[in-house]
Parts: sequence; C-alpha cells; structure tokens
Amino acid sequence: MDKQTNTLMEESKKKPVTMTGAQAVMESLVNEGVEILFGYPGGAIMPVYDALYSYKEKLNHILVRHEQGAVHAAQGYARATGRVGVSLVTSGPAATNAVTGIADAMIDSTPVVVISGQVGSALLGTDAFQETDVVGITQPVTKWNYQITRADEIPWAFARAFYIARSGRPGPVLLDITKDAQFGSLEYLYKPTVSIRSYTPYPIIDPGQVEEAARLINLAKKPLALIGQGVVIAGAEAELKEFLEKTGIPAAQTLLGLSALPSDHKLNVGGLGMHGNYGPNLKTNECDLIIGIGMRFDDRVTADTRRYATNAKIIHMDIDPAEINKIIHADAPILGNVKDSLPMLTSRVSNNEHEEWLEEFRACYRIEYERLIERELYPEKPELTMAEVVRRVSEAFNDDAIMVTDVGQHQMVAWRYFKFRQSRSVITSGGLGTMGFGLPAAIGAKLGRPDRPVCLFVGDGGFQMTIQELGTIYQSKVPVKIVLLNNNFLGMVRQWQELFFDHRYASTELINPDFQTISKGYYIPSVEVTKRDDLDKAIKKMVSAEGPFLLEVVVEKEGNVFPMVPAGASVEDIILE
Amino acid sequence: MRQEFTLTIFSENRVGILNQITTVFTRRHINIESLTTSESAIEGIHKFTIVIYSTREEVDLLVRQVEKRIDVLKAYSFSQDEIIYQEIALYKVPTAALFEGNEIEKLVRQYGARILEMTAEYAVIEKTGHKHETQELFDKLDPYGVTQFTRSGRVAINKLKKEPLNSYLRKLVKNGVNPDVKIDTQ
Repeated sequence: MDKQTNTLMEESKKKPVTMTGAQAVMESLVNEGVEILFGYPGGAIMPVYDALYSYKEKLNHILVRHEQGAVHAAQGYARATGRVGVSLVTSGPAATNAVTGIADAMIDSTPVVVISGQVGSALLGTDAFQETDVVGITQPVTKWNYQITRADEIPWAFARAFYIARSGRPGPVLLDITKDAQFGSLEYLYKPTVSIRSYTPYPIIDPGQVEEAARLINLAKKPLALIGQGVVIAGAEAELKEFLEKTGIPAAQTLLGLSALPSDHKLNVGGLGMHGNYGPNLKTNECDLIIGIGMRFDDRVTADTRRYATNAKIIHMDIDPAEINKIIHADAPILGNVKDSLPMLTSRVSNNEHEEWLEEFRACYRIEYERLIERELYPEKPELTMAEVVRRVSEAFNDDAIMVTDVGQHQMVAWRYFKFRQSRSVITSGGLGTMGFGLPAAIGAKLGRPDRPVCLFVGDGGFQMTIQELGTIYQSKVPVKIVLLNNNFLGMVRQWQELFFDHRYASTELINPDFQTISKGYYIPSVEVTKRDDLDKAIKKMVSAEGPFLLEVVVEKEGNVFPMVPAGASVEDIILE
Repeated sequence: MRQEFTLTIFSENRVGILNQITTVFTRRHINIESLTTSESAIEGIHKFTIVIYSTREEVDLLVRQVEKRIDVLKAYSFSQDEIIYQEIALYKVPTAALFEGNEIEKLVRQYGARILEMTAEYAVIEKTGHKHETQELFDKLDPYGVTQFTRSGRVAINKLKKEPLNSYLRKLVKNGVNPDVKIDTQ
C-alpha cells in the first residue's frame, strides 16, 4: 500500500476524508476486517479494480476463472473461518454467473457479500451493454441487496451489508454499484452498523419456552437430538456438548451439522437423512422426544413428514422465526441463538443417562456395519469403492482435515466415512446441491485456514462443472488436495435410474477426458490409481506433497450409496441394500 | 380451511420492496386478490394491505417469511371478521342514460352511491363498500351502458383492542426516521 493510502485510512477514522467511490469501497472492506476477495474484473467494475491496485498489501485478491467460482470460494472461506466471504464481479453476465453461488449461500445460511459493478446510473433500464437487473434477479436469493447509485451511499451500504450478512441467521448480500458511483467523490467516514430498526437478528429467548422444553426433556425416555449447522454458525459446540453430556441424549447430525460434535463422541450416533445412518433414521419413529438444534427439518432429513417422528414431542431450537412450524410442528419451540438458549436449557434439565436407549443405536450400527459398512470398507471384489478411498484418506490426515465435497454419490460417501475431530470441518453444498461447488469452495477454505489440511472429494461430473478453477489453484498456489472419485458416470442420477427408472441410463454415462493430462496442463502434480494395492502409496504422496495435488481414483462403475430412504417413503423404511 | 385473509405489512420505503414482499407469495403459488399500498401515518413507513386466500397455518408462515425481509418492519394477518374494511369503485356511464327514466338515480340512492361529476357526455358514479356490493351495482348499471369501471384494492383497520404497532410507530417518530437506529419493541 502506498503512503498516501495509509494516511487516508488513519484520517478517515477521525473526520471525513474526500475520496472516490472506488476508494471508499476499498476503505469500507478494510474497515470490515476483510483480508481476501475472490473476483474477476470487467468493464463496469474497473474503477474498483483500479483502486484495488493501490490496496494490494491489505486486500489479497484471488483471480478466479468464472464468477460462480468467485462466490463458491467466498462461501468456502466463510464456512471454514466463520467470517464474511467477499466476491467482486462486474455487471451483466458476471453478475448472472454469480447467482448460483448466491442462491447456494442463501439456502445454506452462508455469510457472503457479493459486490457487482453496474452500468452508469443514467443508463439504468435502457438495455445498455452488459446491463442486467441483478438486484431484481437476486432479490429472492439474497438476505438483502441494494443498488448504490451515488458515491456517498457507499460507507452506509457496506456497513449494512456486512452487518446483515454475518448477524442472526447469516446469508448472502449483494451490493450493485453503478459505474458513476465508483467514479464519484464523497466525504468518507465509516460507521459500522450496530442495529437496524426493521431487523431483529437475535430474538430474545423466552424463559417460558425453555422451561417447557426442559420439562419435556426430563420426562423423555427415548430422546434424540438433531444437530444442525446452527450450532456451528453460533459457535455453540461447547454448549452443545455440555447439554448432551448432562442429559445423556444421543445426537445425530444433519449434512451441514456434521463435525459440530467429534466423530468419536460417545453420544454421537451418526448422520440423519436419505443416506444417513441406519439407527438415527430407523429410531426416529420410536423416539418420544426430538430436539432439533439449529436445524430446519429439511425434506432430505424428514422424508415423508406425515410419517415422521410419529410418537415424539418436538422441541425446535432455531434463530429464525420463519423456520418454526414450517415443516414440522413444534410442541416446544425455543426461538433464539442456540449459543444462549442451550446453556439456559442445560441449567434446567436433570442429570440423566439413557444407556439402554443408546445401546439400541449401537445395535443398529452393528447391523449397518455387518450388512453394509464392512463390505464397503473392505470389499472382496477387485474394484475400488468410494468408501474405502474416503476412509483411507481420512486416516492419512489423522481424521483431522477440512473435508470439502462436491455434490453426488461421492458427497454422501465422503460424509458417511470421513472422520472429524474439530468443528467447521465439513464444507459441502447442502440445500441447493450445487454440482461444481467443491473445487472453488476448497480454494476458499484453504485460503481461510492455511493452517489446516483441506481435502476435496469430487466426482467426475461435478469436477468438470468448475474444472477451470484448477487455473486459480495454479496461479495463486493454493495447496488443496483433490481426490477425484471417477466412475465415469453421473453416479447419483444413475443410481436412481437403476432403482426407480428400470435401469434406463438416460444421459448419465460420461465419456471423460484424461484428467491426468488436464492436471499436467495446469502444472498440478497428480496420480491415477486403478488398483487397491497402489492406493495407500498414492494417498501418502498426496498428503506429503507441499502444494496442490490431484489424486484420481477410478472406482467401481455402478456402485450405489446405501443405506437409503427412498423418495416418498418414511424414515423408518430405510433400506440397507 | 381455506379462507380470505387480509395482511397488513409495514416496511421501509425502499426501491424494490413490493417485489420483496410479493415473491414470498409467488414462491408458494398464492394469488394476490387485492393490493393497496401507501405511506402510513409515519413518514417514510409504507403500509401494504394484501388480500389472499389461504389457510391459517400457511398465513402464519407467510407472515413470518415476509417479516424476515430486512426492510419489512412488521406484518400481521387477519381473517375477515377481525377487520373493518372498505373498497371504492368508480363507474362511468353516458349522461344520456340518466335521462332515460329514473332507474340510475334510483340505483344511486338505493346503493348509497354518489355522482362525482357530470358532463354533457358522461357521469361518474362513486360507491364504497365490499366487493360484492360494488359488483352488484355494476351488474345493475351495466345494462345502461357502463363505459368504464374500476375498483380499488382494500383498505382495512383491525378490531384489536391492543395496538402493539402504534407504540412501536410512536417510538419510530420519537427516534427520528433513521432506519439504522434500533427500536426497543419489548
């Protein structure tokens, strides 16, 4: 950063400083503690990029290869660090490319701020070159969005954007800045937003609701806690553990709730939902109490809601009033931040143990192990399974890497067989199920947490949706470990075709390129494994590599992910094979 | 049970706020039967009155999803018997029709309508009431050649004894119109 810029910053803390809108964007980002941006330049955002040139030392800009990747990378950064991820894109096609990432961040409650350039305000609505109504387009998939048409709105809009993105239930915010607002000048003075009168991010917890929930917990004989990402977002992992250990209640996790509780915790009974573990699904309808903690009863968790938790009272703890009674009626809702409500609940419940009930989950696990897990992890057939690869990789990282996945069969398998010791170790596209999420998200995660290994599992389908981000990995030297589980199929769709569409494999077989040659083209070291005997050595090579590495494993062509709750069925109809 | 609900929504007066509100209904494939919007008693705060057909359970969810939008202050839902409401209709008829007997004059008296303006060519009749009443008058006038007919959206006042929003709005006034100032609603 040059001297002039430094002086500007110091002065702006005390009294207004005259600067351009583009400079004010930089200053606002610095004021919000931003250190890294993921972006792609273009016409309508050029003044901001020009300002960025003077802020190279304060703001690390990662040049991606596609704007969708810019947002996914910001999401990966946000999910790994808990901080707001930032993307910078131009107008028109760039902004529309960003929409998939924004929608993904919305449904998975990820704090990101996307800054898009816009044509000059005089041209708005005239179908100008690269003009698109990005505020209109992103309205349903942003927590808030705003079009800045005057330079003097910038500090206010940025303060608001960051406050809204990170507070309460986090989400994406889009700021669309017209080119004249970037060029214009203003008297810059930054005041962080501390409240908005029309927005209540942290509802005040009603002690009566906590009291009622505690009463239900103290009466319950067969309770089950469902852990969602809300626990991770709130940073309430310790509070969760205290609550569970005092009550002895078994806990199962949603897709995004995984890693809130260590894999080997004695009360951790596994994963929920369509490809979750046998016990948590099967036992749901035996439960007399379900405690949803920072989760939203997604349809992939509940399956048929009319036949869900049929014998149970429901406690639903969530920060978002719109989630209460949305899918499942709550007998005892607790509205509020689980970081605060969990300790209130813990102080009101009795010490308890549910040893016999826990034993039932262990028995379910033994059945699942004997009938399914064992042959997935230690197959007798020559073909490699996804599960054995995932488990070997997990072990090679001492079960303590950040696991990023793409979407599909490999995602479910990675989620089932990877192990975790600490929170914020699962980064995957849950609600939107965005193929192509994995590679850019892994880049963001690694840049956010350079101290932790980041391991991406990706399928051959999703890999090719954002494969150009290998260029970002090369240019920015991001040491991401990529495990490509290649079955030359769009495996999850093929599995459904096999099970529900009479083996009619319509457009699911992929005639793939040579991924080794592609990797070589991007100067990323790689190894291809086709035989079990070569697997461990290749994994070792990947783990010990200094920089990025691509491990391609050719796995069985027509493997299926089990257990499975078939679409439209009840959780208790879960099948093991 | 599906029935008519009237939603009243208070929001900041921001570009695009109507779109923010209506997409909540659009996503659930709910048709908006009537919509009225105007500045509320408080400067800078807009009030929307929206009529939809839905169930109590769904309306409760909709209200929370509307309130979730950052720029929305408060949203309420009311069934038909919880509000006093009114709509206004205007009818344009050829003046000549008024001179063919006294049928139109009778209808105006009978329906509590009034003649707003009369020129040599046309007369404009105004009636306030519920939709079925303004519709009934239309059906009666139409044989005399209604050349234009228009009906407004609904305006409504609730019958609640307590007015939680009132004190809230008063606090807004007291604190000035800066939207970035927290208002304690407790």
